[in-house]
Formats: sequence, C-alpha cells, structure tokens
Amino acid sequence: MTTRYLSIEQVDMTFHTKGGSSNVLKGINLSVARGEYISIIGHSGCGKSTLLNIIAGLTDSTSGAVILDGKEVNAPGPDRSVVFQNHSLLPWLTVYENVALAVNKTCARTKSKAERHAWILKNLEMVGMGHALDKRPAEISGGMKQRVGIARALAMEPKVLLLDEPFGALDALTRAHLQEEVMRIQDELGNTVLMITHDVDEAVLLSDRIVMLTNGPSACIGEVLDVDLPRPRNRITLADDPTYNHYRQEVLRFLYEKQRKVEQLAERRDKAPTPEASKARA
Amino acid sequence: MSVSSSADSTGQPLLGGWSANLQKLRDSLIHNVLPPVIILAVLGAIWEILCSSPGAALPPPSQVVTDTWELIIDPFYDYGGNDKGMGWQILASLERVAYGYSLAVVAGISLGVLVGQSTWAMRGLDPVFQVLRTVPPLAWLPISLAGFQDSTPSAIFVIFITAIWPIIINTSVGVRNIPEDYRNVARVLRLNGLEYFTRIMLPAAAPYIFSGLRIGVGLSWLAIVAAEMLIGGVGIGFFIWDAWNASMISDIVLALIYVGIVGFFLDRMVAYIGNRVTRGTAKG
Repeated sequence: MTTRYLSIEQVDMTFHTKGGSSNVLKGINLSVARGEYISIIGHSGCGKSTLLNIIAGLTDSTSGAVILDGKEVNAPGPDRSVVFQNHSLLPWLTVYENVALAVNKTCARTKSKAERHAWILKNLEMVGMGHALDKRPAEISGGMKQRVGIARALAMEPKVLLLDEPFGALDALTRAHLQEEVMRIQDELGNTVLMITHDVDEAVLLSDRIVMLTNGPSACIGEVLDVDLPRPRNRITLADDPTYNHYRQEVLRFLYEKQRKVEQLAERRDKAPTPEASKARA
Repeated sequence: MSVSSSADSTGQPLLGGWSANLQKLRDSLIHNVLPPVIILAVLGAIWEILCSSPGAALPPPSQVVTDTWELIIDPFYDYGGNDKGMGWQILASLERVAYGYSLAVVAGISLGVLVGQSTWAMRGLDPVFQVLRTVPPLAWLPISLAGFQDSTPSAIFVIFITAIWPIIINTSVGVRNIPEDYRNVARVLRLNGLEYFTRIMLPAAAPYIFSGLRIGVGLSWLAIVAAEMLIGGVGIGFFIWDAWNASMISDIVLALIYVGIVGFFLDRMVAYIGNRVTRGTAKG
C-alpha cells in the first residue's frame, strides 16, 4: 500500500489480571488506504474486538501506535465512529434523537440548526429509517436498530467507520439485506471501513482486503487476502463465480485448516464433570 | 331465542358498544372494588363485635364515627394554636416532609452519583453509609435539636436523614450498572461531564433512582409522625399524641386512617412520576 490513511504499527496488547497477564495481540501491523473496505476475521476470542477497540481509542494498547490521517490516536472520537454489535442505541431517546445526539455534538460548529436537522433526516433516510423517526428502540426490530446505529455512525462523518460484528446478532435474511445496504452506502460515500466479522461470506462479499488473525493468545496477522472482485457486487451472481469461491475457500482454509480451534474444546471437555461424577456427587 | 338474537343484531352498532362498556365497568368493579369492600366490612364487623362489650378498652367503629364526626365533616377549621382541623394537621406534616425529602433527593442523588462513579469515593463512603443508615430515625432527633436549637429544622433534618440512605444506595447501584456500551457511545461522541450526566447517566439510572425515591418517601412519612410526637406543634404526629393525652381514642383511630391513606398516596405519586419518567428506559 502506498497511501497510508490509517496505519496500525506494532500494536501489542497485554491484559493484566489477578491470575497473571495474558498477551492478546502481538505485533499487529496494517496499513489501510482511503476508501478501502477491510474485514478482520478470526475465531472468537482471538482479539478481533480488542483490535477494533484499540483503533477506536476505547482501549489503550500496551505498545505500538495507531495513526489516522497523520495524527496519532489516543482517545475515542467521532472521526472513528463505531457501530457496536448490539446497536447501543439509547433506549430513552427516539430514533431521531439518537442520531441527533451524535450530530448535535459533532457538527455543532460546522452546521446551522436547520442544516443539522436536514443532515439527521438524510442519514436516517439513507439507511431506510426515515419512516420511524419518533419510534423508540424498543419499538423497532433488531435489524432496524442496527440501521439506526449505522446512521448514527455515518452522521458523524467519520474518517474511518468501525463496524464491530455489526450483523452478528441478526437473522440470516436481515443480515443479507443490511450487508447490501452497507455496500450501497459505501459505494455512494466512499467511506474507509474496518469491519470485524466471523462470517466468511460476509468478509468476501464486502471487503477489498481480508485480514486474518491467528488464534490467541498472542494473536497476529496470519494472512492478508486481496479480494479483487468488481463492484457493485451481487451475492447471487457471485455464488457461481469461481474467483469468489476461490477467495471463500482461501479464508475457510485459513480458519479451519491452519488455525483450527481444537485446543480449547479439548480443555473444556476435560474440565466438565463426567455424567458418572455428577451422579456420584448427587 | 331466534327472535331475541335478531333484535340484538339490529341494535348492535349503537347498543352493542354501550352494553360492552357497561359490561367492562361492571367486571372491573367486581374484580377490583368488591374484594376490598367485603374484607373491610368483615374486619369492621369483627372490630365492632370485639369492642362492643362494656369495659372494652378501645372504641368500636360506630363510636369512632360518632365521636369524630366533627373532625370528619370539617377538616379545615382553625381555632388558633394547635386546635386546627385534620386537613391542616396533615398539611403541616406534609410541608415538613416536603422540605426534608426534597433536600434528601438532591443530596442523595448527588452523593449516589459520586459513589457510583468513583471507586475511591465508594471505598471511603460506603462503610460510613452502611453504619449510619442503620441508626433509627428518632435517634437523630436529640442531636439535631441540640444542633439546630429549634424544633422545625430538627424535624426536617430527621426526615432528610431518614430518606437519604435508600436514595444514595439505589442511585449508586444504578450508576454503577450503566451498560459499558452507553459509556462507549458517550466516549466516541466525546460528551463532556455535564452532557454525560444529563444525557446518559440520569436516564440510564432512572429506574434505580426512582425505586430509591419511592422507598425514601415511605420512610419519611414513617419518620415524621414519630418526630412530631416529640417536637409538638401543629402536625398529625403531635395530634395523635395530644389525643392520647386527652384520652380521645377515637381521634387517634381517625388520625391513623388518615396517616395510612396519605402515605399510600405519597407512595403512588412517586411511583407514578417514576413510571412516566422511565417510560423509555426499559431495555430496548
């Protein structure tokens, strides 16, 4: 990569707990160009979300640096808005107010009141939520909540949009629908996006590059796969596309052959009481 | 049978709605009003029978009503001094509760937020709170009389110190339980302290805060009657004590009924406000 818009340099993360310390991430290096869509994929527990939190500034890395547009990132801020896995809308605010909270805070100096109102509506309409402005989060479905979460993040006009397993809690049909919306919006706005996912199809369909993390502890970048498929992408035509299937296979091979997750399962089986033992105790 | 059903169907649009409404009203009366009325009648009858024998220490309900009829029909007379109607007595008590409770709400929520936000403050203050909150309300009265040298602020202080503990404790639990997600949203938006307090913390902790407020208002009403017995003056507590000294047992019975009803309404009022305020705070 020649253009380094976002760069992650030698990031290490060690958590210190009572029982000792555990090294979660080790020597993560990644450069992201402007307008690029990157997916970070790996088995659960490998530290994907920790990496995203470090980029968001919500967690401080033990060492290393995150540089965005020439400036080092040390604290969270609206230039790196996050779409959280469980939407994180404030339940006491309406859909409109949830986005307004973000817009009024981040655009207070740059936009007039009328412009902010128009901007809130524009973002909600972009995700197809213009019809539910006065609904509270409890009154709308999970997919709708996530749409509002995306609108809120986009409305902050971030330099990088961070998606933390944004579709993980949704059913398959809603997920597919929202993936397409995100692709359309990204085509339209040209955002730089970093998405955490554990869904292989999602990663291949949406990304320009897929960053594959090895299993923890001390997870690092195992492989980086360039996804060279023309946009706009269509999941139905791609389903038959040999290049698409090749990329899919690459990621699957990495996850299920090179980084098979068996150790923990075996450990858990050892720890779990056998039926005989629990019977004896009873 | 067939005749009546056809008549029904012709009158359906107009009469059907009316009779359905009446039916609903009758059902709700039967379900909600009838049981307490029956129980009250039975309890009243038992009381009447138990206290009707000559030489009974307490008056039966019929006598209570005849004895206190003047008090019942004219709650707002004022003959000067302490000789005021029940309405004035209760309003005087409510005024003290209003002052003490309002102070407790402001101080309790502030301290609760402090303890909920700061681990250091929690470690320092929590043991103090845990000890002080077990001190019975009336035990505070002598020391507050000594401090304030006056009965009115002392009574208000007793209300304050009684109501504040559940408010502090519930607020701090509410603040500590604010989901990490909401904090992260606030951090990404870079909300400042005041914005975080008003936009995130208060609404997120509101259900906890209101359950503290509800316990607090109940405790203040419990404490005021006892405190007023000791400090004297106008107020329902001293009214009861005065009636006891004058051996007017019927007046005491009437006062107890009023105290109960007012306490019930205070509790319902705070619950109602809480429901209105926290309407949207349920998990979304």
